Amino acid sequence: MMGDLEVEKHVQFVLSVEKKKDDFESVAMEHIRINGAYWGLTTLDLLGKLGVVDQDEVISWIMKCQDESGGFGGNIGHDPHIMYTLSAVQVLALYDKLDVLDIDKVSSYVSGLQNEDGSFSGDIWGEIDTRFSYIAICCLSILGRLEKLNVQKAVAYIVSCKNMDGGFGCTPGGESHSGQIFCCVAALAITGSLHHIDKDLLGWWLCERQVKSGGLNGRPEKLPDVCYSWWVLSSLIIIDRVHWIDKEKLAAFILNCQDKENGGISDRPEDAVDVFHTFFGVAGLSLLEYPGVKAIDPAYALPVDVVDRIFIGRR
Amino acid sequence: MHGRPRKQPSLKEDNASIEKAAKLRSLQSLVLHNHQNKIYDKEALEVSSKLLELNPELYTAWNYRKLAVEHALLSEENSDTIRAILDEELKVVENALRRNFKSYGAWEHRKWVLRKEYSSVDQELRLLDQFQKADSRNFHAWNYRRFVAKLKNLPAEEELKYTTSMIESNFSNYSAWHNRSVILSHLLKENPQGLDSKHNVLKEEYDLVHQALFTDPDDQSGWFYHLWLLAQTAAPDAPSLISFWPAHGSDLVVSSNGSLPLILYFDQVVEGKAQAWMTYLKFPELGNNSSEVYTIEVSLGQVNGIISSSGSSLSLPLRFTFTTRVQSTPSEHSEGIVTMKMLSWKDEEFCRNEEVLQYFNPCILPSDLQRINKDCQQTTLKWKLETFTHEIALFRDLLLEMNWQLSCKLLKIGMLTLARLLLAHDALMLHNTTSVSQKANCKEILELLQDLMKLDPTHSRFYKDMLSIVLMEQMVSNRNSLEGYCWYYGTSTSSLTQNIICLRLNNLSLSRIGSFEHLLWVQMIDLRGNELRSIEGLEVLQRLTCLNLSHNNLISFTALAPLRLLSSLKVLDISHNEIGAHSIDTTRYLCSSLLSQSAGDGCNLDEYAINNVDIAKYWEAVLVFKGLQLTQLDVVGNAVSDDDKFSLLLVKILPKLKWLDGNAVY
Repeated sequence: MMGDLEVEKHVQFVLSVEKKKDDFESVAMEHIRINGAYWGLTTLDLLGKLGVVDQDEVISWIMKCQDESGGFGGNIGHDPHIMYTLSAVQVLALYDKLDVLDIDKVSSYVSGLQNEDGSFSGDIWGEIDTRFSYIAICCLSILGRLEKLNVQKAVAYIVSCKNMDGGFGCTPGGESHSGQIFCCVAALAITGSLHHIDKDLLGWWLCERQVKSGGLNGRPEKLPDVCYSWWVLSSLIIIDRVHWIDKEKLAAFILNCQDKENGGISDRPEDAVDVFHTFFGVAGLSLLEYPGVKAIDPAYALPVDVVDRIFIGRR
Repeated sequence: MHGRPRKQPSLKEDNASIEKAAKLRSLQSLVLHNHQNKIYDKEALEVSSKLLELNPELYTAWNYRKLAVEHALLSEENSDTIRAILDEELKVVENALRRNFKSYGAWEHRKWVLRKEYSSVDQELRLLDQFQKADSRNFHAWNYRRFVAKLKNLPAEEELKYTTSMIESNFSNYSAWHNRSVILSHLLKENPQGLDSKHNVLKEEYDLVHQALFTDPDDQSGWFYHLWLLAQTAAPDAPSLISFWPAHGSDLVVSSNGSLPLILYFDQVVEGKAQAWMTYLKFPELGNNSSEVYTIEVSLGQVNGIISSSGSSLSLPLRFTFTTRVQSTPSEHSEGIVTMKMLSWKDEEFCRNEEVLQYFNPCILPSDLQRINKDCQQTTLKWKLETFTHEIALFRDLLLEMNWQLSCKLLKIGMLTLARLLLAHDALMLHNTTSVSQKANCKEILELLQDLMKLDPTHSRFYKDMLSIVLMEQMVSNRNSLEGYCWYYGTSTSSLTQNIICLRLNNLSLSRIGSFEHLLWVQMIDLRGNELRSIEGLEVLQRLTCLNLSHNNLISFTALAPLRLLSSLKVLDISHNEIGAHSIDTTRYLCSSLLSQSAGDGCNLDEYAINNVDIAKYWEAVLVFKGLQLTQLDVVGNAVSDDDKFSLLLVKILPKLKWLDGNAVY
């Protein structure tokens, strides 16, 4: 069952997703194609195969998704939203092409979404969620414009979403969820505010996400899912508690979710694969220091060499 | 795809999918077209509701409907018509949710409609009831419930009852337990009808969570809720000082123009970031051969600033004094170790000397400061101890009576909870009484944790870390035991005054260290041969001059970030660790670094540029070591030290370095 990482097959799978356009799932996902681009291209980069895609084509398409407000939509013709803006910035960062952006314009769009209480809306319609706090902080940090935000208030809002179990929810009072915890922990990491976290309490909750099969779930009493190999694992790494889980068992679980025939990784063994889980599976293996996979940064969700290029290069 | 089996679709399914896809595509194009051209007629709106029923995730379509509603409301004043328009939106949302009740866009659209304040609460609560019955863990529904409760000012007591009914119908509902903790925290904070009320509330909660824990031990809801109750019980009300340096009544020698750390260690995080407050007393420069004596009094009242996160200020005022003798000529009595020759950590360099231990003042709080005052604190303390004692008895009985018949999960959580209760009990005793039996539970705690490591191997290192903390506390928290680890650096024949006490905690397989409040006096510590991955907290040992961390499991320079705050550190041994051997650095963000906002402390890497050395490759080392006054460093036996150029860099970053890896630096 378990075996090595099928690098070549996963590369082919990612490329095939990009070409597949006519089935129902592909059409239904068209509005988040820019997320798909980030998942797929980062997967390729982690596997050392970013070169197989035509860079100019990707960048010119990405730039067509930008709205006059400065924000990006999930695809050409779709409304701008902070989620797709981050994906656009991340893809450009992968290619070391942030200079094609009007950085002030993009960062004004993002900082314009901060509310009086420090929280962030996803777009002009005002949905508030700590996911958007992470996105804003991550995005502006990559763009070198964090000073455009009221960081102190942004941090205070995230802290107000902390729960009895040490985790974080979408808004104050919201239940802890591993995806949400990643967003809040990573945002606190980027802003140098990790002292707000009770690392032992949160670490225990996170390490108890590992179930018998070795996989991680996102909340108590839920099924394991490969995507939590990213959300839980990156959070555990940021707070230095990753040794509290069994890493070998987790790696085995991820490898078991590969489609060894046609490439791609699924949420659980024998389920249908998709590019989202393929990315989180490969990223999880990267965090587990799996040989042959490039290291990924647990807070920016970009390869470490890309992050170092941005931040150490900018010093 | 979430939860969908992996199989090749049949040709028939393929065709059906393509057909459905074509329909979806044409709807999507039509809606985007209408959106771009601001077409909001009835027909156009119907197309969008069809589309959202098919694909509720299409956020732009929800935006389009919001624009259409705003457009319609613009010219509408009749409240019935407005209500009808908004009801239509609620219907579209409901249909979308029936297709995918996890759709962020659909729930958010509903909130947007509700904020217009035309819709009835009852209808929302009815709908929620349906969704929460169908999936009692749906966090969108719970979030929406909290939203409605807040928007419509529903009484918190009613919402608390709702969680009770959800829990009673099924204990295994983490979402309900969570919401309960939110509502209760709010109620206890907003409406504290005296202490009794809080104590009674928590008592009832303990009873409820016991039922959950023992009925369905596989369910984790009770685990976390019980731990939360424990934390609520143990939480100190007002901060108090548990340790400080210099010790009360001590007599210290400082060199002219020198400085001395003043460290206050509290039982909780006070105003701002840390449990420990540190500052430096600077002494004036004196003329030749003169000396001055200063008596220093530190007085802590209910000072502004010493405030806990819950807003209480210092529990009782405290005052301590010490004297310092400032001398113009540096002498061996001076603060700090004079490192004229290379320091060796070999066993033969250390000796035991009972005579000198008499003068050893490890600054454990004088007993007259350990008193508990104020009646209300007495009442609370009594209640805390009673609660812990009761819980401890309950869990001991559980484990005794049923032991190996218990399911593995119940055994695990029973043992862990008991260990935590015993720890909380001991901590309460340690800081509030002078009783001798305060450490009576230590052996039991250690046994529980050792058993847990075997019982639950997946998390063995979690228990191991806990065990290390307990072991360390056992070793250093009382004088008798502490003395067993205190050695003199120097031979038994050399003059005692030249020597220094070294705390030797080597080869104890500690994976974590703690109890720093007992170690503020330490100048020299030997931690070699343990399993440390982190030295978090070590930064409070402001007097530390010599530190041995060799043969541990440190994986990066960022793990050494606490050293940046140790201005007295001269001798450091980090040889034989795993620095540079890992691609993922688990302390990358715990260290304030170039990657995070606090990086603004102006680290200029180029300052250390050397020909042919890729300085960016070693930025973590530069970040941690720059500004340190190290005279002796051992780094051999790490992956990073294989690179010869790295030594050149170290010499450049550390201008005072005299010995590197046992060789003199020129």
